[in-house]
Amino acid sequence: MTENTKNMQEEIANLVEKWKGKEGNLIMILHELQNYYGYIPRPAALELSRALETPLARIYEVITFYNFFKLSPPGKHTIALCMGTACYLKGAPVLLNEIKNLLNVEEGQTTKDGLFQLDVVRCLGCCGLAPVIKIDEKVYGKVQKSQVMGILSEYGNHNQEG
Amino acid sequence: MDEKVIFLKDTSADADRTRDFYASFLNALRECGLEDKVQVVRVADIGIYNRGLVVKFADKDIVYVNVEEKDIKNIVAQTVKEGKVIEKFLFKDEPKQLRIVLRNCGEINPENIDEYIAKDGYRALCKVVSDYKPEDVIEELKKSGLRGRGGAGFPTWMKWKFTRQTPETQKYVICNADEGDPGAYMDRGVLEGDPHSVIEGLIIAGYAIGASKGYFYVRAEYPLAVERVEKALKQAYDYGFLGKNIFDSDFSFDIDIRLGAGAFVCGEETALIASIEGKRGTPRPRPPYPSVKGLWDKPTSINNVETLANIAPIILKGGQWYASIGTEKSKGTKVFALTGKVKNSGLVEVPMGITLREIVFDIGGGMLSDKGIKAIQTGGPSGGVIPKEYLDTPVDYENLQKLGSIMGSGGMIVMDEDDCMVDIAKFYLGFCVDESCGKCVPCRIGGYQMLSILNKITESQGQIEDLDKLKRIALAMQKASLCALGQTAANPVISTIKYFEEEYRDHIVNKKCRSHKCKHLVNYNVIQDRCKRCKVCVINCPVNAISGDKEKGFFVDPKVCVRCGKCFEVCKFNAIAKE
Repeated sequence: MTENTKNMQEEIANLVEKWKGKEGNLIMILHELQNYYGYIPRPAALELSRALETPLARIYEVITFYNFFKLSPPGKHTIALCMGTACYLKGAPVLLNEIKNLLNVEEGQTTKDGLFQLDVVRCLGCCGLAPVIKIDEKVYGKVQKSQVMGILSEYGNHNQEG
Repeated sequence: MDEKVIFLKDTSADADRTRDFYASFLNALRECGLEDKVQVVRVADIGIYNRGLVVKFADKDIVYVNVEEKDIKNIVAQTVKEGKVIEKFLFKDEPKQLRIVLRNCGEINPENIDEYIAKDGYRALCKVVSDYKPEDVIEELKKSGLRGRGGAGFPTWMKWKFTRQTPETQKYVICNADEGDPGAYMDRGVLEGDPHSVIEGLIIAGYAIGASKGYFYVRAEYPLAVERVEKALKQAYDYGFLGKNIFDSDFSFDIDIRLGAGAFVCGEETALIASIEGKRGTPRPRPPYPSVKGLWDKPTSINNVETLANIAPIILKGGQWYASIGTEKSKGTKVFALTGKVKNSGLVEVPMGITLREIVFDIGGGMLSDKGIKAIQTGGPSGGVIPKEYLDTPVDYENLQKLGSIMGSGGMIVMDEDDCMVDIAKFYLGFCVDESCGKCVPCRIGGYQMLSILNKITESQGQIEDLDKLKRIALAMQKASLCALGQTAANPVISTIKYFEEEYRDHIVNKKCRSHKCKHLVNYNVIQDRCKRCKVCVINCPVNAISGDKEKGFFVDPKVCVRCGKCFEVCKFNAIAKE
C-alpha cells in the first residue's frame, strides 16, 4: 500500500466519522472531498463507498447528476465564464469564442499545459458587471473582447512551456 | 430685505436647457419687479431625474417638475409673487423603492449579530415565543397576505397551516437558497447583506409549524453567502436564539446547512428534498405534498429566502401594516434583480403594483444606450417576455401571469432593439434542456425537440409549419411534465411567439434576423461609398471570401462567407454592412 492511498484512507475515514449519524450526508462529504482534491478521484470514490457501505454506483449517480462535482483534475487556474442572461445579452458568447480561440480549448476542458480550465457557468450573481469572467477568485467585470488576452496573460505564459 | 432662492435644473434625458430657462426666469421676475428680491440659481444636480425642468423653492419647501418655458411667467406671478401653489406642477415625493426585505442590507455589518439586534433583530422571535401561540403566528401571516416569493406565489400562511395540521411529531422547515435563475441574485443579496433576517424568519417558521429542525439549502456557487450564513448561525447559537429553550421557552430549534451542487431543478420542492437527503435531485409526483410527506417522509415546509426575510417585520409591525402595501391580491414588496440593457443595474425593492415603466425608467434610470426598449423578461427560464406596449402594467402575480409571464423569483431583464427574440427563446430553452433531470419524457424529449426546431430556424432552415409544431410540443410539455421545470420550460418560447411572431416569420420566410444576432441569417457587404480600398478586410478574412481590386472595389461572396464578422470588426471606416 502506497503512502498516498494510506493518506486517502485516513482522510476519508475522518470525513465519514465527522458526518456519521447525519442523514443525507453523501453530498456534504463529496463537497469536502472536492474541496480537498479539487475533484473527486476514482480511488477516493471507491474508498468512500467502502467506508459508507454504499454501492459505488450510488455515489457516481450523485456525482454525475450535479454540475458542481468534477471527475477530472482542474487546471491550475479555473476560468469561469458567466453565461447568465445579462452576460449573454451583453456579449458573453463573443468572449467565449475569444477564449476558446486563444487557448485552443473547449468548454469544460483543461488546456494541454494544464494552466487553464475553461468552465461556462450559469450565473455568478453579479449581473450589474455583465459580462463577467471569474478566474480563480478574481472577478473581471464589463470585459470586452480586446481585454481578454491581457487578462489571461496575467496568469502566466500559456503553451510556451507546454 | 430677505432674498428668496429658486433652484433650477433641467433633468430631461436628452438635453440640458437650464441656461435658457434661467434667462426666462430672470425676464419673468423683472416683469413682476421682483428681480432684486429673488435669486435664481442653476444647479448641476437636484436629486430628481427625467422630470423635465425642476424648480425648487428653497423657502417654501416646494418642488415643481415638468415645467415648460411657457409656464414660467405664470409660476413667477402666482407662486413667487402671491405664494400660491400650482398643483399640476407639484412634485409628490413618493419614494419608489420600499425596503422591507433589504431593510438592513448595506446598513449593518452582516457579520456582527449585535448590529442586527440594534435594528430590532430577534425581537420578533422573542415576541413570538413569549406571547404568541403558533396559531397566532399563522393568523398574523394570513392577515398580512404574504405569498411565497420563490415564484409560484402560494400563500405562506396556508403552507404553514397545512404543515402544522399534519399529525406527526417530527417536522422540518427548509430555507430554499438555491438560487439558480440566470440573471437573478436577490437571495444572494439578502444572505450576504443580512443573513440574520432570514435565520430569524426560519426559526419563527419552525415555531409556527411545530418543527424542531431547520435546514438552509444554499447554493455552493455562493461561497461568501455560505460563509456569512455559517457565521450567523454560530452567533445565533452563542446568543441562545438557536438551540434548547429559546428565550427560556419550551421551544427548541436547530439549523443545519446543506450545500446545493449546481442543479437548477433543485429549486423544485421535491427535488430539493431529495438533494438534502443526499440523492440525485429528481422531483417526484405530488401529491403527497411536502406539507404531508416531505424530508424523510416527514411534514416539511419549504420557504424562499425573501419570504423568510419578510417574517420578522410582519410580526413586529403587524399583518395589517403589511397588507396595506401592494395590490388587492399581491401584498407587500418584491425584490427584483434589474439587469440587462438598463442604466442602473441592481437590486431594487418595490411595492407590488408599481408599473414596469417606473421600475425601468424611474429607478433604473432608463435605457443604457439610445436603442429603444423592446421587451422585459421576468421569471427567468420559467417566465416570458413582456413587450414594451405593456410597460404600464402594474406588477403583481396575476397581471404578469395574464401577460404570459410570471413573477418568478425576481429576475427582470431589460432588452433593447438589438436583442433577437428567437435567440432569447433559444437561450432560455437551452438552459432548461441542459438542466432537465431527465426523469420524465415530456420534459426530456420535448425540450430537446423544441430546441432543435429553434436551432433550425436560426440557421435559416426553418419552415412555416415549425411554428405550429413548437406550439404543440409546448402544450404537451405544459400538461404532462412531472414538475414545474418541464411545465414552464416552454414559456419563453410561447411568449415570444405570442408577441413577436412577426420576428419568427422573418427568420423563417425572409431568412432575416432584424437584430443581426443569428449569424446564419446575416449577410456582410462592403459599402462601396465608404470603402477606402485599404484591404484590411481582405487580409483578415479567414476564408478568403472577399475579393476584388482597387478599381472595381471589393465584394463579399455570400457562398464562401462563414459569417464570422471579422471584416465588420476590423474595418475602421464602418464600410461593412450587416443585412
